[in-house]
Parts: sequence; structure tokens; C-alpha cells
Amino acid sequence: MSDKHDAGGVTTTGHVWDDDLADFANQPPKWWMLGLTTSAIWCVIYFAYYPAVPVSNLQSFFKGLGGWTAIGEMEADQNIVDEVRGKYENKLKDMTPAAILADSDLTEYVTRSGKVLFGDNCAACHGTNGVGAADKQGFIAPILRDDDWLYGGKIDDIYASITGGRQGVMVAHKDVLSAAEIDTLANAVAAGKPTSTPLFAEKGCTACHGPDGKGMAVMGSANLTDSVWRFDGSLEGIKFTIANGVNAGPGSRDAVMPNFTEAGKLSDSEMKKLAVYVYKFGGGQ
Amino acid sequence: MSDETENKEMGTVTTIYHEFESWQVNRGEKTIHAKRMPGFFRTIKNYTQLGLWLPFFLGPYLRWNDKQAILFDIQNRQFHFFSVTVLPQDIWMLSLLLLMAAMTLFATTSVASRVWCGYFCFQTAWTDWFTWIEDKIEGNPAARRKLDDAPLSLDKIKKKGFKHAIWLLLSLLTGISFSVWFVDAPTYWSNLIHLDLPKVGWITLAMFFLGTYFLAGYMREQACFWLCPYARIQGVMGDSQTILPAYDEKRGEPRGKLRRAGETGAPQGDCIDCFQCVQVCPTGVDIRHGSQLGCITCGLCIDACDAIMDKIGKPRGLIRYASLDELAGKPTHKIYQHPRTLVYLTIILLAFSGIVYGLTHLGSMTLRVIPDRQPLFVTMSDGSIQNRYDFKVVNKTDKDLRVKVSAEGGVEGQVLLGGEGFPLTHHGRGTTFTIFVKAPGASVKQEVTPIEFKVEAVEDPSVFATYDSKFNGPKPR
Repeated sequence: MSDKHDAGGVTTTGHVWDDDLADFANQPPKWWMLGLTTSAIWCVIYFAYYPAVPVSNLQSFFKGLGGWTAIGEMEADQNIVDEVRGKYENKLKDMTPAAILADSDLTEYVTRSGKVLFGDNCAACHGTNGVGAADKQGFIAPILRDDDWLYGGKIDDIYASITGGRQGVMVAHKDVLSAAEIDTLANAVAAGKPTSTPLFAEKGCTACHGPDGKGMAVMGSANLTDSVWRFDGSLEGIKFTIANGVNAGPGSRDAVMPNFTEAGKLSDSEMKKLAVYVYKFGGGQ
Repeated sequence: MSDETENKEMGTVTTIYHEFESWQVNRGEKTIHAKRMPGFFRTIKNYTQLGLWLPFFLGPYLRWNDKQAILFDIQNRQFHFFSVTVLPQDIWMLSLLLLMAAMTLFATTSVASRVWCGYFCFQTAWTDWFTWIEDKIEGNPAARRKLDDAPLSLDKIKKKGFKHAIWLLLSLLTGISFSVWFVDAPTYWSNLIHLDLPKVGWITLAMFFLGTYFLAGYMREQACFWLCPYARIQGVMGDSQTILPAYDEKRGEPRGKLRRAGETGAPQGDCIDCFQCVQVCPTGVDIRHGSQLGCITCGLCIDACDAIMDKIGKPRGLIRYASLDELAGKPTHKIYQHPRTLVYLTIILLAFSGIVYGLTHLGSMTLRVIPDRQPLFVTMSDGSIQNRYDFKVVNKTDKDLRVKVSAEGGVEGQVLLGGEGFPLTHHGRGTTFTIFVKAPGASVKQEVTPIEFKVEAVEDPSVFATYDSKFNGPKPR
């Protein structure tokens, strides 16, 4: 029997207990030794290939034979992304926002990257997704979702607003009009019929808001006949706006859209993307 | 040899090895050279294996409407099955298919043990094929053993070299055939001949080429013993009512050499201990030890035993498909009295009807409408209420289609904007576009109004899809 089993001939560790129990002094299995050796070799290669060993002066470390760096890996990944985006970005450079809008593939690309840009640059005032961010004066900045545009809702108008910025202007009337006059005007505006009072024309409101009270896109004056309010649309709110004006010194309404070209934060392509993105909110004309 | 003297001779430790002999299984230290014998189960096995090989090797070359009939196009995330295209959206059917496959396996195992292993398994089939080639080139098992032991000679090199060449060729063909289930076959062949496969293509080919060569050429029954999980779990699927190739111990024992006419001795069973059942076994087990891990229930031992019984004039069936109940002389049951099988069958039927439902209700277009959540609605300058919806249309036909968007329900006087140009939906992938619904403020009576959207192909109104959604408005004052 014993010659049939090689293991039977193996010596034991010499320790015998419970009368007849003993341990074989067998070699570890071959596959196990192979695994151990391979792991050891792997460790050496890994140490040599990647930066793993600090050097004595503490200012440096052994860079590794492979020249791998985390930032390098990130840049390589970024290059891949840039390459994918490149074919769109190259086209965008020489296109007008209107031309981008006409190309459905580009529009899809632009609205996707526009979402991120909008979140970073616009949402602080215009609210997430352009739904408006309310504050005590009504809204910090106009709602971009509706079809009411102070400066025009055509794609080029929107693009101009972003590239050039906007500054609302309305004179404070508290020293020009009596409380009763302000009251009458505010009531008419609140009802959506500003022209119902003769004061509207007499006091020169028509100069900016137009003879029909529908505003003029050229100067960004509000349409007073529609259901959309830039500032607080309650009677009290309207009175406040008439009395204190817009951008008319301390205590007035604030309405400033920064000039993004001057701010230098956004590239021209990025501003084009934002124009298309905002246009596609649903109110674009 | 008594235990005592044995202990003295070999020492206690060695006795353990002696004991081990009785339950030792083949761990690959010896190559199984099984004898090939004709017979009923051999014939069945030939046919079932042919039914495995023919579709496997030829299936990918079937064409349907100028496309590969069956194509698992993983790269483009779609499965083509004749005129049906399954996109990731319908992948739930795959889980039903897998469920059905698993349950079919369980059900057949509960009725007739490892039918899969014996007749259908790729490992068994390919091993059978490879050993058949070995048999043709190197001769019968005795000749093969002799050749294995013989010193290296020109004849040995010629025979072995020829065998391995054929094996490698078949393995390569297997690797290629596997690959072309996943890519267009003619394109693949052309790329292969120009050595222009993508990296993943080379890796797949190498894996299946080498895998086939080693598994069917070298691992053989060892794959069943030590690699295959199914061999291990099959024990819980059968019970005493399951029929399996079994040795009728009552009839066969005590076994002994066949006696000449007139010879007498102690009473003897039908088993003449001829070892034919062991010699034909592709996994090298002795079926007379009973059901065991190595038995793939191929029935070849039944063929061998029946042939011997015919020769010595005894009735066939010393080894036969029988249940443990039958062998123990207990009453046997019909299949429909086997609750386990019935449960499996029910699940199979449910899964099957699910797949049939899925395939017949695939539709050629699907629509999902996602209402904008921020804001839920927008008040426009004229006081009307506007909702914005993202439409996701999956066009499953084989051409790009322009679609018409319409809506039912919703608010009186509503207008759909954004679909005027009949958006183009690309075939085989999702297309998204935006639709606005604008309704006069006065007619919005409630915060939430149900609305059903429909998209239909402009040229073919039978291609359409609908989706229920909501129209949101301000709280009525």
C-alpha cells in the first residue's frame, strides 16, 4: 500500500499526540508556492513602476519607472473628453447662436453643456432652471421660463443680454408725484390697465413704457399690461417701485445683469451655449 | 489482511490512505480512455449533440431581411432575432428567459436527473467529439494507453501531432463560431482574415480557442468533477422518485465471473464483473457504486451492460434508468404525482407566457414623457399656463421616422408647441425632444389634470405609442 501513496513516505514533524496523531512535513502545494512567488515578483514590479518610495530629503520621492502621476492620468482622461467634444466645439466657434439653434444635433449638445454653465453662472440670480429666485423686491432677476422679455426674447437679443449685460432704469417718483397720484397709478397698473388713468400719459410714464403701457424692448421697460411681474406685483409692491424707481440710488429696486464679456469668465462659445439654453426654456421668440 | 496486521505493516498514518482508496475519485492523475460502443443511448447522445453543434456552428450564417437572423449585438445594445429587435428596455424578457432555462434544467433534473450533463452540455459534447477524434487517430483505448506509455517515436509524434492539429483547428472554429453570434458574421470573417479584429475580439477568440482546447482536450471529465457548479448542486434537485442510470444491486449481487455450463458454486447474481460499464464511462466512474458526483447520466453504461446481458442470455436492464424507489421495491409514482416537478412546470409556464406576452407586445415604438418638475408650470405674459415635457421616443423599426405629437384629455383650449416640425426619431436608439403644452389660464380648473400623449409615425399611423402624464397648474383661487 505504502508504495502507492507517495505521501505515505513523507516524514512527520516528529510531534505525536493522542497516541498516534502526527503532522506530515509536506511541502506547501505547488500552486500555492507559485502564487506566493508571483505575488512577490508583482510587488517588486509594482514598487518600481509606480511612485512608492519616499527619498531621504523628504522633499521628493522616487518617481517610478513608469512615470505615472495622478494628474497625468486625469489629464489623459480630460483629453479624451475634449476630443469627443472637439468636433462640436470647433463648429460652435464660427456659428451664430441662431445657426446653432437651427441644427438639432448641435442644439442638443449645447443645451446639455448649457445646463452646467447655467447652474454655475446664472442660477444664483435667475434661480435653478431659470424659474426665478424670489426675494423681498419680487425676484432678484427675471424669470427666464416665460415669454415675457424686457429686452426681447429673440435668440440674438438673449445673446446680446449675456454678452453685453443689462441695467434697468426707472426714475424714483416719490419727489415728483404726490402720494395720491402714486396710489392711482399703482391701482391702474395692478389691474393690468395702466392707460385707464390719464395720469399715465400726463406724468410721462409713456415715455418709457410706451403709449399702450406694453414696454419697449429697446430700453428694457416692463410690459405693464401682462400677468408677469418683474418686481413685487402686489399693490404695495407697485407703489414702492413707482416711488423709489429702479437702480435709482439707495433704497430703489436693483436690476443689474452683469456684462459677461467684460467679466471675462465665459468664453464666446460658452455664452452662445447659454443663449441657446435659455432660449430653449420655452419662452424664446 | 486483517486490520491489525495492516497497521503493523504500514503504520497508522498510512492506513488512512488505505481507507481513502475506497472513496477516492479520479483527480485527473490518470487519463480516462473510454471505450466507444454502439447502443440506444449512444444514438440518442449523437443526435442531441448534433442538435447542439449544427445550430452553434451554422446559426450565425442565417440571414433574414439582409441582416444576420440571430445577432446579439452587444456593441450597439440590441438583440436581433429574425424580425424582432430587442432593445435594453425589453431586457426583462431576458431575465424571464433565464428563469425559464433554469427551471427547465431543474424540472428535467427532478424527473430524469442530469439529462443536461449527459446529452446537451457543451463540455460533454465537445469532450465526446474530441475523444472521438482521438479514437479515430490513435485507436481503441488499449492502443491509446499503449501509445501514451510508449517512448517518443516518429509514429507517436505523427499521431499525436495530427490529433492536436485537428483539436486546435476545431477549437479555433469554436472560438470563431462563438464570436460571430455577437457580430456580423461576414464582417467578422473578413476582419479576421485581414487580422484586423478589435482588441476585445482577439481576447474573446483567444479565450474560447484556448478554453475549448484545454477543457475538451485535457480537462474533460475533470471539469465536471471540479469546475462545474451544476454537478455539485444537482444532488438537491433529484429525490427518490427521480429516474437515473442505476445498477440493480438486488439482481446483480453477489457479482462473480461468468461460470461455464455445469460449473457450480455459491449462489451468484447477474453481474459477471466484466467492467464493461466502467470501461465505456466517459468520466471513469463505476456505476455499481450508485449515484455519484462523476456520473453525468449519459446512459452509455446501460448500452454496455445490455450488450453483455444479451451475450450471456440474461434479461437486459441490470443497469437501467430507474428511480431509487423502484430499486428499493417501493411503489413508484407518475410524473404528475411529483409535486416538485409540477412547481417547476408552473414556473416554466409563467415565464414562457411572460416572454410570449413580451414578444407580441413589443410594439415598434415606445414613448416616455417626463414632465418638467422645476418649474411645474410657467405663467406666460398673457396669463396662460405652460407645461414643459421631455419626450423620449424609442423607435424600434429599422428606419428613421418623423412623428406627429398629439394629446388627449388635459385642459380645454390647450395648444401643443414644439412638435410642429414632426420631430425625427432615429431607429434603434432613443430620441429626445421637448414639447410644450400651453393652456388658457381661465380653463385651468385644478392643480393636476391628466393628459395622455401620443406619438405616431407620419407615414405609418400603425407605428405609435402613448403615455399618460399630468398637466400642472396653479392652485385654483
